[in-house]
Amino acid sequence: MANSSGAAKAAPWQDPSARPYVEIERVTKTFGDFKAVDDVSLKIYKGEIFCLLGASGCGKTTLLRMLGGFETPTSGRIVIDGEDMTGVPPYERPVNMMFQSYALFPHMNVEQNVAFGLKQDRVPRSEIVERVATMLELVKMGSFAKRKPHQLSGGQRQRVALARSLVKRPKVLLLDEPLGALDKKLREHTQFELIGLQDKLGVTFLVVTHDQEEAMTLASRIGVMDHGEIVQAGTPPEIYEFPSSKFVADFVGSVNMFEGKLVEDEPEYVRIGSAELGATIYVSHGISAAPEATVWAAIRPEKIFMSTAPPASTGPGSDNIVRGAVQDIAYLGDLSIYLVKLATGKVVRVTQPNTSRHAEAITWDQQVYLSWDTSSPVVVTR
Amino acid sequence: MKSLRSLSKIGVSGRGLVVTLPYLWLLLFFVVPFVIVLKISFSDIDLAIPPYKPLIEWIGKNSLAIKVNLNNYAFLFTDPLYLHALLNSIKVAFISTLLCLVIGYPIAYGIARSASTTRNVLLLLVVLPFWTSLLLRVYAWIGLLKANGVINNVLIWLGIIHEPLTMLYTPFAMYIGIVYSYLPFLILPLYANLEKMDWQLLEAAEDLGCRPWQAFYKITLPLSRNGILAGSMLVFIPAVGEFVIPALLGGPNALMIGRVLWDEFFSNRAWPVASAVAILLLVLLVPFMMWYQSVQARETAGAR
Repeated sequence: MANSSGAAKAAPWQDPSARPYVEIERVTKTFGDFKAVDDVSLKIYKGEIFCLLGASGCGKTTLLRMLGGFETPTSGRIVIDGEDMTGVPPYERPVNMMFQSYALFPHMNVEQNVAFGLKQDRVPRSEIVERVATMLELVKMGSFAKRKPHQLSGGQRQRVALARSLVKRPKVLLLDEPLGALDKKLREHTQFELIGLQDKLGVTFLVVTHDQEEAMTLASRIGVMDHGEIVQAGTPPEIYEFPSSKFVADFVGSVNMFEGKLVEDEPEYVRIGSAELGATIYVSHGISAAPEATVWAAIRPEKIFMSTAPPASTGPGSDNIVRGAVQDIAYLGDLSIYLVKLATGKVVRVTQPNTSRHAEAITWDQQVYLSWDTSSPVVVTR
Repeated sequence: MKSLRSLSKIGVSGRGLVVTLPYLWLLLFFVVPFVIVLKISFSDIDLAIPPYKPLIEWIGKNSLAIKVNLNNYAFLFTDPLYLHALLNSIKVAFISTLLCLVIGYPIAYGIARSASTTRNVLLLLVVLPFWTSLLLRVYAWIGLLKANGVINNVLIWLGIIHEPLTMLYTPFAMYIGIVYSYLPFLILPLYANLEKMDWQLLEAAEDLGCRPWQAFYKITLPLSRNGILAGSMLVFIPAVGEFVIPALLGGPNALMIGRVLWDEFFSNRAWPVASAVAILLLVLLVPFMMWYQSVQARETAGAR
C-alpha cells in the first residue's frame, strides 16, 4: 500500500550499486548489563519509509534515539548521507524527531512552535513566516496558528508536531510511535495523510511502532526487532508472506504454527509429518533444513479453506486436509474468525470473508474440513 | 444527627461551617489585631499604661468625641529616618531575593532532575535546618564570622590573610544571614514547579537546533516563571520586615524598618508611631502579596 506511488518508486535495496542514505553499522547499545540494541546493521535509502516494528522494550526506540543523537552507541557507527554522526550532538544533526508525546512547547502558540527551529537557525524573518505558513497549510492547521497546544485536540497536536519537525527540511525524519496517541479511525486516516505528505516532500522517514498494522500501511520496508536485534527486514509482503522465523510469523499478523519433522525432503517439494496436526503437510517447494530436523509450518488463517463437504486434496493422498469441530466463532462483519478444534486437541484459527449476506452459516460444534494450497505453508526452522 | 438537622433548620449547613472556619480564623487573628494596631496608629502618645490616649472619649454627658490623630503618619514623612529605613529595607530584601535566586535556582533544578530515590533525601536536607530554631542558627553565624571566628582562623592558618577580616556587623554578614535563612523558601516552590516540567521538551529543543544552554534559556526558564515569582515573593515579603537577622549580624548601622519599629515600640515606648510604621509597611507589601496570590492561582490553574 505504501508503494502506491507506483513503479516510479523502485526498490533501491535490491540494487547493489545504490548508495544508502542512512547506514547503521554494527551498532550496539548497552545500559549496564542490559543490551538494548545488539549489533544492528541497516541500510536505509533516500525517500524510504522504514518502520522499526517490535514489542515494547525491544530496543527500537533506543535505536531511533541514537539516530537523533540523544543516546550514544556503545559501539558501531551511524552514517547519514555520507557523514559520520559519531560525536555529533542532536542540535547539529541533519535529522529531526517527532516525539511520541509530541513535546510541543506549552508556552508558545502553534506558529511559534513551528517557527522555533527556523529561528534557531537564524533563517531570515520573511522566510520563516512563509515556510511556517506553508507547512501549517500542508498539515491543515493554518487556521489554528495562534492557538496554544493545550487548546488543541490530540490529532491537531500530532499535526503541529509533524509540521514542527518537517519545517526544517531534515534529511531524515524520525517518528516515535507517531500515531500512538490517536484513536483508531483517526489513526487510519492519518496514516494515509502521512504517506501523502512524505511523497510530496521526499523526506526519508524512519518510524518506530509496535502496531503491525501501522507498519504494514506506512512502510516501504519493515525491520522487525526482538531483544535488540533486527530479526528480519523486508517489504511488508515479504515480512507477511515469507517470515524467516517463528517469531516474525507470529508477531506480524496471526498464524497457525504446526510443529513437525521432515518425512520427505526433495528439491521441488517437502512433506512434513506433524503429530500436532494429525496429518501430513505437503509444501510445493524445497527448503534448506537438516534431515530429521524439527521444523514449523506456519499457515495464515485466511489461507485455510473450511468446508462441510470433503474437499479435493491439494497434495498426494490425504495431505493438507484435516477434520475438526467448530469451537468458537467471532463475527467481525467483514470477516468471521473460526476456532476449529482438531482431533489432536490443537485449535486452528481460520478466517473467512463474509462475501454473501445470506451464507449458509457454519455454526458451533459443526464438523468441518480444513484444507490449504500446497504453496500456503511457510516452513521455518527457528 | 439531630442537632445537625436542627442547625440546618435555621439555615446553617455543614458546608457553610467548613467555609466559615477560615474566615473566623482570619477575623480573630488578622482583622481584629489589624484594627487594634490601626486604632493605636491614630491615637496620641501618653505616659500611661498602655502608653496612648483612647481614640473615643465621652466628654460631658451625651457627647462622644472621636479624635483621629494623623500626626504619627505625618511624622513618618517629615523625619527622613523612616523613609530611609524603608527604602533600605526594600533594597536589602531585593538584593537578598536576587542572591537567593542565583543560589537557589541551580539547587532546585538539580533536585528536580535527580533520581527519584535521592530526591527525597535532598529535599529533606533543604528543610533540615528548620529543625533548629532560627535564633540558634543566626547565632551560629556569629561564631563563624567574628574576628577570631572559624572562617578567619582557617584563612589565617592557610596563610591567605594575616589580619582577621571584619565580617561580623557588616552588610555582608547580614546578607549571609538573610540568604541562608530564606533560601529554603525559594527552593521549595521552585522545585515544585520544575518537578512538573516535561524534560522531553528540552530534547525537542535540542533536536530543533538549541544548544543545552539555549534550551534552558528558551524553554526551562520561561516555563518556571511562576515558580521563580512564587519563591521570590516568599523571600522578599518577609525579608522587608526582617528584624532578628539585621539586629544580630548587621551591627548598629543596619537601618531596617523592622529595627526602627522595634526601637519605637520598646525603647521609645512610642506605640502610636510604631503602629503607623507597621501599617505603612503592610500597605506597602499588600500589592506584592496580591501579586503572589495571583501567581499561585495561575500556577494551580496551569498545572496541566
